[in-house]
Amino acid sequence: MRPQQPAQARPDVRARQSGQARPDGTCTVTFDGRPLEARPGQTVAAALWAAGVTAWRTTRRAGRPRGVFCGIGVCFDCLVTVNGSPNQRACLVPVRPGDVIGVQEGTGRDDD
Amino acid sequence: MTERPRLAVVGAGPAGLAGALAAAARGVDVTLVDAAGRPGGQFHRQPSPALGAPPRQGHTWERLRTGLDRHRVTHLTEHHVWCVQRDSMSFLVHALLGPAQDEGVSLRADAVLLATGGHEYVLPFPGWTLPGVITAGGAQAMLKGERVLPGRHVVVAGTGPLLLPVATGLAAAGAEVAALVESADPGAVPRRFPDLLVRPDKLAEGAGYAVRLLRHRVRILTRHTVVAAHGTDRLEAVTVAPLSPGGRSLRILCDTLAVGHGMLPGTDLAETLGCTLTGTAVRVDAEQRTDVPGAWAAGETTGIGGAALALAEGHIAGRSAAARLYGRTPDPAGWAPAARARSRLRRFFAAVDAVCAPPPGRAGSVPDDTVVCRCEEVTAGEVRTAVSTLGATDARSAKLLTRAGMGWCQGRMCGPAVAALTGCPLTPGRRPFARPVPLGVLAALPDPDAPAP
Amino acid sequence: MAKRLTCDVVVVGAGMVGAACAWYAARASLDVRVVDRGPVAGGTTGAGEGNLLVSDKGPGPELELALLSARLWAELADGLGAAVEYEPKGGLVIASTPAALSALTRFAAGQRAAGVTADPVGPDELRSLEPYLIPGVAGGVRYPQDAQVMPALAAAHLLRASGARVHTGRTVTGVLRAPDGTVRGVRTDHGDLHAPAVVNAAGTWGGDLAALARVRLPVLPRRGFVLVTEPLPRRVRHKVYAADYVADVASDSAALRSSPVVEGTAAGPVLIGATRERVGFDRSLSLPAVRALARGAIGLFPFLAGVRALRTYAGFRPYLPDHLPAIGPDPRAPGLFHACGHEGAGIGLATGTGRLIAQALTGKAPDMDLTPFRPERFDTEGGESA
Repeated sequence: MRPQQPAQARPDVRARQSGQARPDGTCTVTFDGRPLEARPGQTVAAALWAAGVTAWRTTRRAGRPRGVFCGIGVCFDCLVTVNGSPNQRACLVPVRPGDVIGVQEGTGRDDD
Repeated sequence: MTERPRLAVVGAGPAGLAGALAAAARGVDVTLVDAAGRPGGQFHRQPSPALGAPPRQGHTWERLRTGLDRHRVTHLTEHHVWCVQRDSMSFLVHALLGPAQDEGVSLRADAVLLATGGHEYVLPFPGWTLPGVITAGGAQAMLKGERVLPGRHVVVAGTGPLLLPVATGLAAAGAEVAALVESADPGAVPRRFPDLLVRPDKLAEGAGYAVRLLRHRVRILTRHTVVAAHGTDRLEAVTVAPLSPGGRSLRILCDTLAVGHGMLPGTDLAETLGCTLTGTAVRVDAEQRTDVPGAWAAGETTGIGGAALALAEGHIAGRSAAARLYGRTPDPAGWAPAARARSRLRRFFAAVDAVCAPPPGRAGSVPDDTVVCRCEEVTAGEVRTAVSTLGATDARSAKLLTRAGMGWCQGRMCGPAVAALTGCPLTPGRRPFARPVPLGVLAALPDPDAPAP
Repeated sequence: MAKRLTCDVVVVGAGMVGAACAWYAARASLDVRVVDRGPVAGGTTGAGEGNLLVSDKGPGPELELALLSARLWAELADGLGAAVEYEPKGGLVIASTPAALSALTRFAAGQRAAGVTADPVGPDELRSLEPYLIPGVAGGVRYPQDAQVMPALAAAHLLRASGARVHTGRTVTGVLRAPDGTVRGVRTDHGDLHAPAVVNAAGTWGGDLAALARVRLPVLPRRGFVLVTEPLPRRVRHKVYAADYVADVASDSAALRSSPVVEGTAAGPVLIGATRERVGFDRSLSLPAVRALARGAIGLFPFLAGVRALRTYAGFRPYLPDHLPAIGPDPRAPGLFHACGHEGAGIGLATGTGRLIAQALTGKAPDMDLTPFRPERFDTEGGESA
């Protein structure tokens, strides 16, 4: 069994800014404009938790803060904008060096 | 290579792994399709390679992992299956690739084994949307996979067999577990449910966790429940109340609440494929076959029962599929030990279910201003109004009239609470897309009648 | 001796059309009860997009009904507008090519003659009306009378406002007839409801209800899939669709014809729908159908390619062989009134239908000629009636 035609070929649009991993296995990403230390491959949620951040989204009606809830990709509460791409699940998406992680407000698409 | 029949196994947890190995060992061309980057599912979740930590040990896990290599199972990681379809000849498994999930891929197979697991549910209470409140399974996943905690002072609460290992794991990882709050009454268990004695080893396992918790000086409160989480933008404390009359409520300071009320089978793929469900689980026969020819199911998707049951069911499913794919009638004597384990474990977990049912009436009695649907921010009061004044008499009409269950998670989180508020039994929602699918992927779907590659 | 009456009218069906019949009948001072085997809006209403369209209808009785209905919807919106998410956003029909544009322009000229407001829009103005629309289209027509409601909310709020007693979860098992054939109410699995008038607003199941009254009404289901996206800011402002939609509604082809209407909603998601397939009551997912919807929508709004569909659902649009609804009294069963068979337009046509039914119930002159909607029009000389 082999994969049938890929549905869509899309260039990797991820912005790689400052980004290389250091010899000790850590790298720098930014969250809301400030630098954070992270480990490439750990999830965005784990990197944020490790930095003491537990909320990175505000809801679109009441503007309430949210972060991880289910931790396994089912609840979509941990939606986050990574490198300009909104609605990524922080509990699934791995960190890459130089990632620009932003607080996501509402639908995540209001700013363009 | 000769034409070997192709089996696609969806899900690389215990059931999927056992099924894949059993089928591959019997000459089937097996492709294991899983969303994670590493095999194991939730139960055998492995630490992220980013941590450089050694993989988790364990006899069963070793056997499964080495079996994957030995039997040349094709393992497709980071394939998020959103739909499985059957046409005249075979099955098409549609998946989204990678963490970004914005590219699609479709695989053909002659048969499928659905081992899609389950997810935890939490019944709402005031404050449950505060950051710092997480599911018990989520706490465990973040701990197993990433070795991180969202805070230092943890309360573990809810009901069910997951709470003990979660609390133990958190304590061992250095968190201060302020309390384990279990709504069930374990004292009454063996007396009322002799079926639990069919697996004394499981009861001993539970007792072992409890002993370790006591060693960590974790306070264990049974017949208690969390009635509110407090904080403004983050969890600061919880109020715990006794379920039996006469006791006093207490407020416990904490920055993390790991809470769970049970598990629900993941039935989306099976339901869309046309498999009959019984209650909230996929119906299977003694060979783990669904009523859709060529589709097997095993593990939590056929009913919540834990990893050992999933292994037994997966093994039986894999052997049955192998025999049937080669045109033979399988001999159940070949899997008799697995079948015995399966029947004992099913009885055991039916009893666990009865003991660990969330306190009746609680979900239906949350205050009006409590958000029930986390995605669409629908309150309990809005659902009640839809029921009392707009004629919402079932979960579907409640959803249509309030938007509860229409958001990103498609009601997976709020389903049990909305059912309780409308006074209906919980029925699995109909979710033709098991995950959100980019329209670009839908537009580029292969022609279903295209010849197999 | 006649049984004691339960009420003046029994409306069978708690969908959008039943709700509108109940509302207008109650406003005419009739005592109304509504009965449905399922919940409110449990059938086609709960699976519709809420299109209140005049733009897709050519001159004729359906357009006349649509114009009447559009006026009545605007009236209703004065009181209920926000609750039912009524939005008079207008429709925008797009012609990609010059050939499509000339066909659309001719079609719009006919509509204008019939009373429709249809304003030609050039490519530049299209871009300012819909900034995310694909560039390079030939032109379009704007229809300010097109509007939108959230159908389930509309049915539920209208039912509530009507003051009618609603019996959900109650199945009609028979239509009561006097010895002279006059309809006397309905039998249900929870007892009889006695009334001198019964309104068949059973939608796709309207043929079954007619059969209980021993009259023939050949209502058939036509499946329609709708795609629902993730919540978005308002990027699609009108009801936007491609010009080939117009030819599609009256199509006699049984094959899949996709004609997606793309629209933003008050709640955030974009709705894309609907396909039209004759496959009976088969609810199973059709990937070719959703693929066609996705292609059509991306063809109009390319940014949608990167937007996620959260769900899709199918509904069964009730249609009659000539694609016109059945509205009015049934001479074969005095006391029986039909209000069903609106195909994909039932939400939009509900208000006019409800008003015409109320007029028929109270013996008032109807706002428009009901002849094209006669329920007995399918009875042939061969006497096929059940």
